[in-house]
Amino acid sequence: MAGVASGNDFQWCFSQVKGAIDEDVAEADIISTVEFNYSGELLATGDKGGRVVIFQHEQESKNRPHLRGEYNVYSTFQSHEPEFDYLKSLEIEEKINKIRWLQQQNAAHFLLSTNDKTIKLWKISERDKRAEGYNLKDEDGRLRDPFRITSLRVPVLMPMDLMVEASPRRIFANAHTYHINSISVNSDHETYLSADDLRINLWHLEITDRSFNIVDIKPANMEELTEVITAAECHPHQCNVFVYSSSKGTIRLCDMRAGALCDRHSKFFEEPEDPSSRSFFSEIISSISDVKFSHSGRYMMTRDYLSVKVWDLNMENRPVETYQVHEYLRSKLCSLYENDCIFDKFECCWNGSDSAIMTGSYNNFFRMFDRNTRRDITLEASRESSKPRATLKPRKVSTGGKRKKDEISVDSLDFNKKILHTAWHPKDNVIAVAATNNLYIFQDKIN
Amino acid sequence: SPSWSGLNTNRKMRADGDDSLYPIAVLIDELRNEDVQLRLNSIKKLSTIALALGVERTRTELLPFLTDTIYDEDEVLLALAEQLGNFTMLVGGPEYVHCLLPPLESLATVEETVVRDKAVESLRKISQEHSPVDLEVHFEPLVKRLASGDWFTSRTSACGLFSVCYPRVSSTVKAEIRQHFRTLCSDDTPMVRRAAASKLGEFAKVLELDYVKSDIISLFTALASDEQDSVRLLAVEACVSIATLLPQEDLETLVMPTLRQAAEDKSWRVRYMVADKFSELQKAVGPEITKNDLVPAFQNLLKDCEAEVRAAAANKVKEFCENLPEDNREQIIMTHILPCVKELVSDTNQHVKSALASVIMGLSTILGKDNTIEHLLPLFLAQLKDECPEVRLNIISNLDCVNEVIGIRQLSQSLLPAIVELAEDAKWRVRLAIIEYMPLLAGQLGVEFFDEKLNTLCMAWLIDHVYAIREAATCNLMKLVEKFGADWAQNTIVPKVLGMANDPNYLHRMTTLFCINALSDVCGRDITTKQMLPVVLKMSEDQVANVRFNVAKSLQKIGPVLEKITLQNQVKPVLDKLATDKDMDVKYFAHEALSGECLPYEYS
Repeated sequence: MAGVASGNDFQWCFSQVKGAIDEDVAEADIISTVEFNYSGELLATGDKGGRVVIFQHEQESKNRPHLRGEYNVYSTFQSHEPEFDYLKSLEIEEKINKIRWLQQQNAAHFLLSTNDKTIKLWKISERDKRAEGYNLKDEDGRLRDPFRITSLRVPVLMPMDLMVEASPRRIFANAHTYHINSISVNSDHETYLSADDLRINLWHLEITDRSFNIVDIKPANMEELTEVITAAECHPHQCNVFVYSSSKGTIRLCDMRAGALCDRHSKFFEEPEDPSSRSFFSEIISSISDVKFSHSGRYMMTRDYLSVKVWDLNMENRPVETYQVHEYLRSKLCSLYENDCIFDKFECCWNGSDSAIMTGSYNNFFRMFDRNTRRDITLEASRESSKPRATLKPRKVSTGGKRKKDEISVDSLDFNKKILHTAWHPKDNVIAVAATNNLYIFQDKIN
Repeated sequence: SPSWSGLNTNRKMRADGDDSLYPIAVLIDELRNEDVQLRLNSIKKLSTIALALGVERTRTELLPFLTDTIYDEDEVLLALAEQLGNFTMLVGGPEYVHCLLPPLESLATVEETVVRDKAVESLRKISQEHSPVDLEVHFEPLVKRLASGDWFTSRTSACGLFSVCYPRVSSTVKAEIRQHFRTLCSDDTPMVRRAAASKLGEFAKVLELDYVKSDIISLFTALASDEQDSVRLLAVEACVSIATLLPQEDLETLVMPTLRQAAEDKSWRVRYMVADKFSELQKAVGPEITKNDLVPAFQNLLKDCEAEVRAAAANKVKEFCENLPEDNREQIIMTHILPCVKELVSDTNQHVKSALASVIMGLSTILGKDNTIEHLLPLFLAQLKDECPEVRLNIISNLDCVNEVIGIRQLSQSLLPAIVELAEDAKWRVRLAIIEYMPLLAGQLGVEFFDEKLNTLCMAWLIDHVYAIREAATCNLMKLVEKFGADWAQNTIVPKVLGMANDPNYLHRMTTLFCINALSDVCGRDITTKQMLPVVLKMSEDQVANVRFNVAKSLQKIGPVLEKITLQNQVKPVLDKLATDKDMDVKYFAHEALSGECLPYEYS
């Protein structure tokens, strides 16, 4: 049974699970975003309680080669606190909506984290030396007699246990009227964009009191509002290009060279709707919940409720690939509408070589698609298979009348267990999958 | 700081002994205090610490400690980077200046640009204190280390150091430096390419001309066609310095192709940069190229599709025209520039129009009376009627240029409605802006025109519902009196100001007092004593306490203008009475006035 990725024959196996095993999950512990840094050395998660947890890759050693997919807690900090906007009488949740790492610029690591309103730049740095020796007190902290200072001591730096510190470096606030859904660092390494439901702002990473509004789709009369921005991302190499997706299932590509305001897009990606499958839910399920450029910058991938699409940036009229994530839910849309699941925002990600993609589903299932072989696989993040190096068994959902032996019927899927956030290591076959309050890490096992 | 006051107590306790060490001990300990302010304070007094330690201990103990203390807050690191630039004598003079390199090297790699820049600035400074040998043995290896560092922060810092060591090293090392610079210009990271591009001009200046032609030009061309527009736009700035260095005959082949390309770049930010640097470029390339190349380029920028670019170019219209070669300046402006300017007057973007309005009047001095009347005047008049107040304000604020050429009368017919409209604008900031130009306008339009048309406006502002406007209006009256004299004041404004003392609104009554405060000095003793003082004194019986205590303040203010006898006979009794007022504030200000005001009298 082959795994999906880069054509190699391998199987996915369990590596680690993070988070409490308790059945009743505290709301604050629910993971709301997962992101590897550029080297894959660090892995960050954000949760609904406003915390950011950073895991560091365990160093491999000859006698423990299986540690490739092992990550241990490196730093934990409270990124955002709940706030109250007294002017608008609105609560501002502390939930971390997105985390984005910056390219490494010195020994420290930097990341941007955002809740609905405020973006923060954090520095995560190590300290392994401590200054020792005071003039006015002795080693135990007792004050020395000031009469008896006969010589000056300069403090000396001594080694100490490694300490990891997270410090807030910048706070980018008060620029978004609506909820921020995306942040994305530009390839010029000095700017980033942030998008809310109706506007996209461009920031300089060193300037917090000013940002440029580059897209504004707010109609003069809010009653004429027909679409919202759902996600936005900068191109990985071309610093002037970014895309944003909309609730109508379309994607606009803008070129910042053309003008200071990007109200006019330079490309418009839209697949014509199939009139035969039109229904009451058509517009809701076509809303794009995530958009991601491939590492190469040639393609982009969009996730809507039932499918993942890969677009070639040079072809606007239809995607080059479409993968069904859970087509069997099409008949269930009515009940998914009633329990609000239809509005779930599933994210998607590429593997390091852009040959495979991954996205989540319900019942703690997640899906992978190999773009070369067109093979797909459904895997499950579950406690049952969480034994070290245990191989993940592919799962199947029965769609027809008869259910085969190891299949699960659509009706018994648990819609409370959803996998919205996943991340793929930038170089290796190591993936991180957020299932409610647990973070699963899986890695490949070469046959 | 708290510790210093503690220090004083301790000092008092001490009977004898060497008390010079104690303050230094405190400073050293506070290098590690939890309070950033105290750490900052200690760092700012680093020279005191170093002086006390002596050069030997500064080198062997203090500097190693500082080298590893790069965990601190930005402001502390910034202060440290600055201090170290002035530390040469404290480590033992130029012979030991290289000891300062390690701490500055670690500061040159931190993530904060301001700190890095300051560290580079200090490194540049102390590079001058290195002997040629030390420069090669210590400084140049540091530059190399930074230039080949793993992280882009260190490589960006290296870019700023090449030009300071290049002139003072051997030709072998020079060749290495040129190679390093070349490598950084094609670095993978845009941050480094940007740093290199921004230092290209500076580096070119210290290079031998042959290398400018061989090395710099190819780097310049490469950076100017970088894939990232944030790099390309910096090449425009370098273009100015490079063009200045090259002989005229080489400009056409070495610089112009790149400049033409930049002026037509696909990215508006690059074109914006060209527009923004246009005057410098024009001076650098000289009159011939300006005529043949820059004039059409400038026309295109004025017609650019991006408003930001048009606004930047519009800002340069006057300067560009001024610097055109005199022999055919008028012809170039009339046939090439003016048609574009005419279009900009009705631009769709208000920033473009207001940028143009801030410089357009300057063209009249260049074009002379006849052209101004025939071609520019219609444009001024159109802008005076523009829907955007900023455009109108910019025209009005530059009236003096046109006044010199054709006299303001030509404009007065259109000027008046424009002023009136601005004076009544719904936004108080707009009203405030026009008030500030009133004295200037009054001077240029003359007293008759003013009395006839503008006086009413100036008085109306005194009862504006926004305090800032009323305040500006009183100040305006003072400036008008300075221009037109006390006699004019006595006949025109003083009666109106004093009339407001009987207004039912206490705010208006207070305005009378504020006006008197502002006017007494310029109107002189006679008017103040005979006309203003009686009104002020009468107002001391006002029902509103705010008015009464402002009477006290006014009396204090106008006191110096009055005669001693007036103070004694008229002012003092009123202040004495106010000093027993039932209102606390009135009492307070009356006492203030009595002690301040009457002192000179009592001592005389």
